[in-house]
Amino acid sequence: MTQAISVEEIKAAMEAAVPGCRAEILRNESPSAQHSLLIDHEHAVNVAAFLRDDMALRLDFCSCVSGVDWPDREITEKVKVKKTVTTPEGEAQEQDVEETRKTMIPGFLEAVYHLFSIEKKHGPVVLRMRTVNRGGDARLPSLTPVWRSAEFQEREAFDLYGIVFEGHPDLRRILMWEGFADYPMRKDYVPPAEDDVEAVAK
Amino acid sequence: MDQELKIELSKHGIFTTTFEELYNWGRKNSVWPLTFGLACCAIEMIATTMARYDLARFGAEVFRASPRQADLMIVSGTVTKKMAPQVVRLYNQMPEPKYVIAMGACAISGGPFRDGYNVLKGIDRYIPVDVHIPGCPPRPEALMHAFITLQKKIDAQQLTGEERPRHLKANEPSEFPVPEFGEHGLEPAQNPDVFHPLRILGQ
Ligand code: SF4
Repeated sequence: MTQAISVEEIKAAMEAAVPGCRAEILRNESPSAQHSLLIDHEHAVNVAAFLRDDMALRLDFCSCVSGVDWPDREITEKVKVKKTVTTPEGEAQEQDVEETRKTMIPGFLEAVYHLFSIEKKHGPVVLRMRTVNRGGDARLPSLTPVWRSAEFQEREAFDLYGIVFEGHPDLRRILMWEGFADYPMRKDYVPPAEDDVEAVAK
Repeated sequence: MDQELKIELSKHGIFTTTFEELYNWGRKNSVWPLTFGLACCAIEMIATTMARYDLARFGAEVFRASPRQADLMIVSGTVTKKMAPQVVRLYNQMPEPKYVIAMGACAISGGPFRDGYNVLKGIDRYIPVDVHIPGCPPRPEALMHAFITLQKKIDAQQLTGEERPRHLKANEPSEFPVPEFGEHGLEPAQNPDVFHPLRILGQ
């Protein structure tokens, strides 16, 4: 299959068709060059319906929904700053001083949708949505009303990553049981310790 | 009975045996496994029963689809935590005397999925296992070896005395608690009456 229409064109068509929608192109620099479109929550369902119904795109098949966990990141960078220091002689002098700065980048959860057109034989178009954070606001709009095939996969992303898909017709755990409290595919998940080795004194 | 006398008698066309021998001989040659498979190892188990390997030669050709009619549970494959309660329940539904072969790395220890969140680290945490077979998957020969090992074990069982097997002791359990789905995993994580952690000698 080929990428008949570039992401830039899709973005332009999307913004023209759904007024107010905010899309961002995320570049993929690897040889596959599968660039993706990051879309906002508010217009996501309308954008998805447009992608499915537009006569040129006809992305009628959502082949895959994946969850991604991006934990909190800390970036350390060295910056040069000008500082006034007092020399031993008692004079005020301006000097370049190197400082390390730490910035916290808050984590989020992401859902990635791979879309194809069976009618037009092109694809994939990669759509992404990101939650505000990894805690209580891990919510995204569900695209199941647009693509039925997303139903079980969104449930799986809910089950294993804890992304709450709003508007999903039947959001329950699918692989783990009801009453399971953790989200095992998150990077900070630690499985319960099970002692099967016992150290004994000689 | 004196072994020499027995041989002497058989030379004259007289066959002698003990009740115990007859009983064990009958049991060991009609061990019917329960029909169920859990993962890739099940494919090897199926191959073992087919024409090339032919487990029927050892009297185990009839795989029973009901635990009530089965004597042997071959745990062939990965036991997920979601499946473990059902496996224990099936074991509980089998009538005594019953035996378990844990087939493959998954069934004996969790195998390649041991560090995962979803796989039980060995079925011997909940039910007593008679024969463990390592391998991923074990070849049909290994399963047959396990089966013959089990037959030897059955043959050596005594009907009386302190050494008699579990099913002949009135106060030993034939059912084991079924684990529950908990918030972080199965509860309890193991049955301490059945599972004994590996002991490592420290200083
Ligand atoms: S031990 Fe290997 S072959 Fe057997 S069920 Fe596990 S992964 Fe599959």
